[in-house]
Amino acid sequence: MNAYIGTPTSRVDGRAKVTGAAKYAGEFPADGLLHGFVVEATIPCGRIARLDTSAALQVKGVLDVLTHANRPPLADKDEAWRDEVAPEGSPFRPLYDDTVKFNGQPIALVVAEDWETAKFAATLVRVEYEQRGFATDLEGERGKAAEMDKPHKPRGDAAATLAQARVRHEAEYVIPTEHHNPMELYATTAIWDSNGKLTIYDKTQGVQNVHKFLCGVFDKKPDDIRVASPYVGGAFGSGLRPQYQVVLATLGALALKRSVRVVLTRQQMYGLGYRPMTIERVGLGAKSDGTLDAVTHEAIAVTSRYEDFARNDTGWAEQLYSSPNSRFSHKLVHLDVSTPCDMRAPGAASGVCALECAMDELSVALKLDPIELRLKCYSDRDQSENLPYTSKQLRECYARGADAFGWSRRNPAPRSMRDGKELVGWGMATGVWEALQMPVAVRIVLTSNGHAEVSCAASDIGTGTYTIVAQVAADALGLPIENISVRLADSTLPQAPVEGGSWMAASSAHAVLAAAEEVRKELLRLAGKIHGSPLAGAELADTVLTDGSIARASDNRRAVSIADAMRHGGVERIEKEKLNQFGEDKKHARNTHSAVFAEVKVDELLGVIRVTRVVSAIAAGRILNTKTGRSQIMGGVVWGIGMALHEETVMDHRFGRIMNANIAEYHIPVNADVHDIDVIFVDEPDAHINALGIKGLGEIGIVGVPAAIANAVYHATGKRIRRFPITLDKVLD
Amino acid sequence: MNNFQYARATDVADAIRLLAADPGAKLIAGGTNLIDLMKENVERPSRLIDISRLPLRKVEETADGSLRIGALVPNSDLAYHPLIEQRYPLLASAILAGASAQLRNMASVGGNLMQRTRCVYFYDTATPCNKRRPSSGCSAMDGLNRNHAILGTSAACIATNPSDMSVALAALGALVHIAGRSGERTIALTDFHRLPGDTPHVDTNLGTSEIITGIELPARGFAQNYSYLKIRDRMSYAFALVSVAAALELEGNAISGARMALGGVAHKPWRSLEAEAALRGQAATPDHFSRAADLLLQGATTRSHNGFKVELARRAIVRTLTQAANATPQSQAHKKIA
Ligand SMILES: Cc1cc2nc3c(=O)[nH]c(=O)nc-3n(C[C@H](O)[C@H](O)[C@H](O)COP(=O)(O)OP(=O)(O)OC[C@H]3O[C@@H](n4cnc5c(N)ncnc54)[C@H](O)[C@@H]3O)c2cc1C
Ligand code: SF4
Repeated sequence: MNAYIGTPTSRVDGRAKVTGAAKYAGEFPADGLLHGFVVEATIPCGRIARLDTSAALQVKGVLDVLTHANRPPLADKDEAWRDEVAPEGSPFRPLYDDTVKFNGQPIALVVAEDWETAKFAATLVRVEYEQRGFATDLEGERGKAAEMDKPHKPRGDAAATLAQARVRHEAEYVIPTEHHNPMELYATTAIWDSNGKLTIYDKTQGVQNVHKFLCGVFDKKPDDIRVASPYVGGAFGSGLRPQYQVVLATLGALALKRSVRVVLTRQQMYGLGYRPMTIERVGLGAKSDGTLDAVTHEAIAVTSRYEDFARNDTGWAEQLYSSPNSRFSHKLVHLDVSTPCDMRAPGAASGVCALECAMDELSVALKLDPIELRLKCYSDRDQSENLPYTSKQLRECYARGADAFGWSRRNPAPRSMRDGKELVGWGMATGVWEALQMPVAVRIVLTSNGHAEVSCAASDIGTGTYTIVAQVAADALGLPIENISVRLADSTLPQAPVEGGSWMAASSAHAVLAAAEEVRKELLRLAGKIHGSPLAGAELADTVLTDGSIARASDNRRAVSIADAMRHGGVERIEKEKLNQFGEDKKHARNTHSAVFAEVKVDELLGVIRVTRVVSAIAAGRILNTKTGRSQIMGGVVWGIGMALHEETVMDHRFGRIMNANIAEYHIPVNADVHDIDVIFVDEPDAHINALGIKGLGEIGIVGVPAAIANAVYHATGKRIRRFPITLDKVLD
Repeated sequence: MNNFQYARATDVADAIRLLAADPGAKLIAGGTNLIDLMKENVERPSRLIDISRLPLRKVEETADGSLRIGALVPNSDLAYHPLIEQRYPLLASAILAGASAQLRNMASVGGNLMQRTRCVYFYDTATPCNKRRPSSGCSAMDGLNRNHAILGTSAACIATNPSDMSVALAALGALVHIAGRSGERTIALTDFHRLPGDTPHVDTNLGTSEIITGIELPARGFAQNYSYLKIRDRMSYAFALVSVAAALELEGNAISGARMALGGVAHKPWRSLEAEAALRGQAATPDHFSRAADLLLQGATTRSHNGFKVELARRAIVRTLTQAANATPQSQAHKKIA
């Protein structure tokens, strides 16, 4: 029964979103709601010498100004502050003490009857600092880079083989710091009820993560706090960890025993996490036939002074291509900045960008077609673990993508193709991401009228979790999708991890299947009790739910309707909750792959670059919903265009301040920058990964796109730009 | 944002009276620039004088063939006004190259002329900036100056004027109509904005209690051979790295009249009468365009990150003049450079 799985089902929450019925964290009403506005530090490092709030307190409508000096108690142990996905280190604690660790750090919360008053009063808070010496420039401080991860196990002797390789390419690629800029501003509404309990509406990717964190930080019992986040207007990793506004809103509510809302401004969101700037050095040594002898990849990344945030930038080079010799290292430089965080395909977006640009450069040195080169070192086994994949249809991605793109018509010589005043360039790159899955629990309540409510604490961050949960439930329960209602993102609902890592589709779908099986079991029990039941003696494995009935799988005319089964059983509802755990499979590697093809047109004289076509061929197992799936990949491609050409958080290291902290100056692609995008889902049956053969699509869409574009720019212009973004001044002669 | 008083002006005289009465007062029209700056605490007016309902919304032809445009005509209305589309398509094009549709719907002609620089330090009150706080220093000089000026700069400030509309107005020889306590006056648009000199905090020659009532376009509209080309970091919705307004009058292939103005390169729209004179009487060829570009860019100086602007501007000038000469103006709707 796959009436819905695999179809282009429209979003079940689409109507609520476009009509405004869907409420976001900063929109929940509360009686006597107060508004907090954050005062930020304007130095990157030092301590607050004096914080004078008297003028702010005198403003009519201001109730309080919370600072480290007068706030309610906060936990003093790091463990309490360490959330489910915290990196090593000592997490940042807002309003904890007088130290300043980064520019834009919250140092006070003005709470007032309305937002405008709070914002005005915030300008009256006087701060004096004792500033300390600081450093924020990764390139300037790269000498201090230290190996953080335990070194990856090298294969063979990469240094020597690289030095002796017939054809060698070694270069450094620089990816700047980037910010997520989700459309929805970070916001928390902390609703205080008369018994002192709190309902927290928060913008987050994980309500249970936030719930546990708040209970720890404020020393509360689980029942004292409930966290909900029914809709999230994008987060892209920025909401995996609890952000500081949730602490501040909760502090405000506890201090004033009133409901408090804190909404960050767009500018203030540049004080949250970001994709860390990295310097990526890639070395490739090949035989003259294009097979690889050596791969080396060293990444140097920025992190804060207080936490070691590191993502897997180099692991992709480690697993993707077959090479007998390899060496990898990941180094961190601690600077006076806030801790970076995950941002769509963390590690891969940057690391694969460098690797795939380097592969292109190698193909030029070898005079080999870029696809040819990748096929020469194609590996059916994960090279780092020497394991076969549950499935890997990357070859098919190259073939289908190349075909759709027209790659065979490419003249390999740079500057050889043009269209009027524009140079035309065609580039390609491989993409790779993980196919992870996590334990998730789902509760299904089936009522005798054939309606079901499916609930789980997982968030839908805009990716379409509501929709796929409804699709899978409808198929598993044999009901029309209209009869399924889905509740998500409430900490009191069954267990789910943060929504990230592209694991939620597979994880939630199989939890729905598991819970639905429990429901079926119960229906079978009830139906079997009917006198002369067509299901008498049926094995569970020989039953299905279809068309509002439970039927024998071997003969679905032998069926009992849900209504009849429940009436005979004397029950109005069946409620089942099930935690789904995936069996451990240490014998396979699990990844999604893509082949990305890009066409750019570059104005020969003016250097203006346009990405006129992108073909993204994706191998990601079974696609649950081809409509939301395609949107997800298109979004990744657009972001990849931004990463290639536009995005860069610019800092003035003399002040240690981000200078383009707004979306007028921080550029992302606009409609005029986006042309044709063709998404191809390659068939990738997968019998090993999980029952439905699902891998997840959240992140693979961006991986490889920046490199494909950079490679196309080289093909168009003959210029190799290794410092992103590729702005026009870099390609001007 | 600071607390402020709000007053709605009943007529132009009232607006002038209100301005004169409070040195901290500011006019507000569409609010698309002023409100942003207030949110950043860059502008902290004691009083906002709302002029948005004053009757300055007309576009009228005068007896001598020129066109009067009220200071409150929204940017969108102006760009799509039939008289502008027919007689001054260069102006329509420049307006449509700026901001976004939503902003252009709100933005007024007067506000557009008065919009302030987008220098990132000017916007950040935690950094020194001579324009925001006189004598505090210029952070851009040795800082992030990729977007900054290459012409007419001073030791105190290297900011650019961000307006696209003004660039076309400069090329078209527009006049600015101003009313103040001592009556009305008119100044050329090219004299309206100032170079930074040692008073970078003063953007324009508008007096403290004066108000722009409108602009006037001379009869010559260059409607046949014109183009506005804006080069920026993405294809739309970004400020100019360099923009060029070009307008030609041709007799056959010979140039009988030429106007050029640059945006994104100076504290004001940049024109050079010498460069324009050099084109007159010449054939409309790339060589002559190149020569004119050199003259227009004479005296350019660069800082650490904006060196590319000189060559970019030179090429953009040649391209824009070519577009103008061929009567194939740059489209602001196509997703490509012609
Ligand atoms: C994100 C963004 C992108 C933008 N991109 C561009 C772009 O690419 N190109 C471009 O050209 N512009 C751009 N703009 C700027 C936009 O064009 C200006 O904000 C707008 O033209 C200002 O007009 P307004 O009526 O809203 O002015 P207001 O904000 O109301 O006023 C601005 C200033 O003008 C003064 N003022 C207003 N009317 C008068 C008058 N009649 N007499 C005297 N003083 C007056 C006010 O006192 C104030 O100081 C952008 C703006 C934003 C926010
Ligand atoms: S260039 Fe002008 S506006 Fe920018 S920092 Fe210097 S003085 Fe201020």
